Amino acid sequence: MRLEEALAPVRAERRDQDVVVTTMAPAKVWMDMGPAHPRDLVYVPSAMSHATSVGLGLALAQPDRRVIVCNGDGSMLMNLGSLVTIVAQAPANLVVIICDNGVYEVTGSQPVPARVDFVGIARGAGFTATHHFTTAAEWSSNAAVVLARRGPVLVVLDVAVDATRPAPKSPGPANARAQAFRTAMTTSRT
Amino acid sequence: MFSGEQIGTLLSSHGITHVVTVPDSTIGQWEQGIERVGIKVVRVCREGEAWTVAGGLHFGGATPLVMIQCTGLFESGDALRNMIHDWRLPIYGMIGYRSYLNQDNLPGDTCLVFTEPILAAWKLDVFFVKRADQLAELSQHMRACRDDARAGVALIAEGRA
Repeated sequence: MRLEEALAPVRAERRDQDVVVTTMAPAKVWMDMGPAHPRDLVYVPSAMSHATSVGLGLALAQPDRRVIVCNGDGSMLMNLGSLVTIVAQAPANLVVIICDNGVYEVTGSQPVPARVDFVGIARGAGFTATHHFTTAAEWSSNAAVVLARRGPVLVVLDVAVDATRPAPKSPGPANARAQAFRTAMTTSRT
Repeated sequence: MFSGEQIGTLLSSHGITHVVTVPDSTIGQWEQGIERVGIKVVRVCREGEAWTVAGGLHFGGATPLVMIQCTGLFESGDALRNMIHDWRLPIYGMIGYRSYLNQDNLPGDTCLVFTEPILAAWKLDVFFVKRADQLAELSQHMRACRDDARAGVALIAEGRA
């Protein structure tokens, strides 16, 4: 599936009180798909691989909000231990989506060191809610149920490489965005 | 140098809600004292995670503190840079300074060579705790950082009980 098709169901199912964290190519596509929500965290600039950790912190701080992290496979490979940390904390409100295309797309689509079975790794780490979708139709028709499951949930989506896609740009100064996002997280409960 | 009860009481007095940590033989002894005062200890697999889990907690309205050894500081530089300098989050850290008080176990430990220059390179406001009678000063440093909404670090000398 195209990355746009991977993220479209997330946009469709996203509730107002949800938090969506995007990084790398998913961040670029997320921004291109429509206007930002106050509780979107476009994690750019990032420390590569740390979207899952930021998402875990958000989920622990606000257990009543669903937190959806849209990650890449290269980033996930760089922080596999975060899957163990997530299971240890057992946030029922956290969903991790891995958009798996086998390359570091934002740096020119160089291959990742190896293709891995993220579902198998996640299950080995202790995730019990895991899903793998290979087609847009399959993912789209199941997304509502999957995203509503008690977390932590891990979803792997097979996505196609788009070597022409530019890298994401920060939508504004990070410090100002940090303050606005924290305000949205702490004062806009609905 | 300090007991878990002392550290737990200190952190509680500053409103710390979560301690995100990878233990070492000094700071790891504080975990029970910290949990006893109702602060949640979040154990992560590597120190880089600590800064970004803390960042997420801060974004969500909590008041986290990172507690790691200096070796973990070395490991976690990019995460620290991103959270404290890119996003300018006012996260406080406690960094255990391995071998500072005693090199019997690791003679010539290069932690003594690199820890302070690396903290300086990361442009962190550091309070160096070398003695047990500095607890009140440490508390003042934490308060000053919190009042100014800026990050800070307590460098805790290790190696002697």
